[in-house]
Amino acid sequence: MRARPKRREGLRALLWLSPWIAGFSIFFAYPLASTVYFSFTNYNMFTLEFVGLDNWRYLLQDDRVWVSAKNTLWLVVFMVPAQVVFSIGVAQLLTKLKTGVGFFRTLFYLPTLVPMVAGTVAFVFLLNPVGPVNQILSWVGIAGPDWFGDPSWSKPSLTALAVWGCGNTMVIFLAALLDVPKHMYEAAAIDGAGAWRQFRSITLPTIAPVLMFSLVTAVIYALQYFTQAMIASRVASGATDSAGSSFTPGYPEGSLLTLPQWFFHAAFRDSNMGYGSVLALLLFATSMIFTLILLRQFRKAEEVHS
Amino acid sequence: MRFVPLAVAGLTVLALTACTAGKEAPPSLGAQPKPSGSASQALPAATIELWHGFQTDAEVKAFEEAIAGFNKKFPQITVKTTKAVQDDQITQAIRSGKAPDVAASFTTDNVALWCKTGAFQDLTAVVKQDGIDLSVLPAASRSYTEFEGKRCMMPLLADAYGMFYNKALMKGNEPPKTLSELTRLTKELTVRDPDGTIKVAGFISSFQYYENSPSHLAPMVGAKWYNDDGTSAIGSDPAWKQLLTWQKELVDWYGYANLEKFRRSLGDEWGSAHPFFKGKVAMIVDGEWRNAMIANDSKAKSLDYGTAPLPVADDKPDLYGSGFTAGTVIGVPKGAKNPQHAWELIKHLTTDTDSLVTLSNALRNVPTTKAAMESPRLAADANFKTFLDIFAHPKTSTLPASVNSVFNQDSLSTFLVTWEKGAVKDLDAGLKGVDKRINDKLKLSGG
Repeated sequence: MRARPKRREGLRALLWLSPWIAGFSIFFAYPLASTVYFSFTNYNMFTLEFVGLDNWRYLLQDDRVWVSAKNTLWLVVFMVPAQVVFSIGVAQLLTKLKTGVGFFRTLFYLPTLVPMVAGTVAFVFLLNPVGPVNQILSWVGIAGPDWFGDPSWSKPSLTALAVWGCGNTMVIFLAALLDVPKHMYEAAAIDGAGAWRQFRSITLPTIAPVLMFSLVTAVIYALQYFTQAMIASRVASGATDSAGSSFTPGYPEGSLLTLPQWFFHAAFRDSNMGYGSVLALLLFATSMIFTLILLRQFRKAEEVHS
Repeated sequence: MRFVPLAVAGLTVLALTACTAGKEAPPSLGAQPKPSGSASQALPAATIELWHGFQTDAEVKAFEEAIAGFNKKFPQITVKTTKAVQDDQITQAIRSGKAPDVAASFTTDNVALWCKTGAFQDLTAVVKQDGIDLSVLPAASRSYTEFEGKRCMMPLLADAYGMFYNKALMKGNEPPKTLSELTRLTKELTVRDPDGTIKVAGFISSFQYYENSPSHLAPMVGAKWYNDDGTSAIGSDPAWKQLLTWQKELVDWYGYANLEKFRRSLGDEWGSAHPFFKGKVAMIVDGEWRNAMIANDSKAKSLDYGTAPLPVADDKPDLYGSGFTAGTVIGVPKGAKNPQHAWELIKHLTTDTDSLVTLSNALRNVPTTKAAMESPRLAADANFKTFLDIFAHPKTSTLPASVNSVFNQDSLSTFLVTWEKGAVKDLDAGLKGVDKRINDKLKLSGG
């Protein structure tokens, strides 16, 4: 007779959990399972045929997977830190301002409101080889590079775009910085700690959880980086799809081809859903690994903090 | 609750029978055995849906006019058009069973997939049944509308590619007929600063320049894309090597860095800052539609220019006069509700001389049939006539239908960039690499 209430409790728990279970299975488990299934098929949206490991074998032959994976990794390694450092820097400056805080806060946040596509097109225009930015540079005797047309400059140019639009992260950091208890700085100052020492020993440990959160989201975002790279390639190359000509993704020279873009082209341009699924799973696995590593660090940071 | 599935099943059956019992199904494709003339009155009244890619008001109006001509023949058929439709929308609609009766596409890239998978219905039987003589179409047009023996599309209007030249910049020279003449003229007409900075280019030999795609330039040497079995012929056809060697020599004469700097400083291809409009380049490869763009541009319309076929390899003079062609295609998707009505409309739009001439005059594209090209109503000045002749030339070629058409072009273009910048040591090995890429992908797609 004892088992019954327990069982009822289990059922009740299940009932309360059911919305989540339903959401999880419909929007996550089921799509994931079908992606795994499709990765073993040749599926062109009309006909489906089981082909075993063919798609997975092709992954090893497809050199552009590695080109695009390298580009995406570059973004994770360089763009993410640039964004985070810049956001902290601006937020820190804003806390030090005596007047005009509201004005500058709005000014730095404003780019976030610009639609992604419009912002990218504007950047490509401003940074075109004979554009306004290079014009200004030439006045001070600097020959500006071809920002979006030179493969060695294209990713740094996109990083500039990302840094310009990181108002969201900045606002989060600003809130975190204002949360650091003032008296700790005062105590440190009395002990003779300089600005850098204060930042390292007080600010950083206090905002560590926020920092970790920003890093995790920025890394996930970088792994999914698609729109800006695609638009920049399109606009900078000037290519259109008229009869008998086609756009080669990743212009210039494949330097802006990110993994999500290659996935998109394989699946939707080449109508190869099976191979697209392989790439999607690859992307999923990479995001998962990065997220797990960062979350572990996150937990560690929280433990230290508490 | 065990009766629920049963009840659902019962209701479904009921609903299905209720739907079909009321009216007769529209005639299936090919259901009219009589020739089209007498069949017109026999078709029951219906409203059919047509999706097309035209966008601007002028284009849409021209297309509506062509349909008005059809309505004179078939007053009982109402045609409802949807403009600015792209290929992925068509594919999506077919997959979800909501396909229109007729769909037109601007590109020929998806023809192979659509034919192969039956996404568009095979028209072979009705073409034969209605006694349509396809030999009035050039071989190239026939080839980009069918795949593996399935004719699932008809060509609506075509684009043909040739050469435009700026008469003032040509300094009295005739347009080149051979590649060596093109090289000589380019060197003669190019204006450069002592440091190599290009002011005016004779001919921009980079494959990355607007319309200089490999498919547009291939007719200059008669290069072949595919073998009969659909595998890549790029590595084995020596014509590609001939084209690339000639092209690279001219790029090197400019200096790759100089040419790139010049190319990237050029204005937008579709705006009034086009380098040809601005007198920055003497000779370009372009489609017949450039004529209309020049005529419609307030400044460029006074430009004194001429058109000519592409120059060809010195050892292949018989290619002169040919060029690249592709065009708008139109067909009956799977799941069309009124396939026979749809076919009558397609037949009218693609084979009726009046309709084709009306469209061509309004859109300034090449009409596809012989009769339309020879029609006295067709507005064709000398510059436009060049493209009619290119289109009709027996050696004119197209990009044959392939399930991976865009991927294959992309594979070659990617290689060409590394080639023209000088990063390829062994051209033969490089082209074999392109072959492998294309063939591997073909295998993956089950071809």
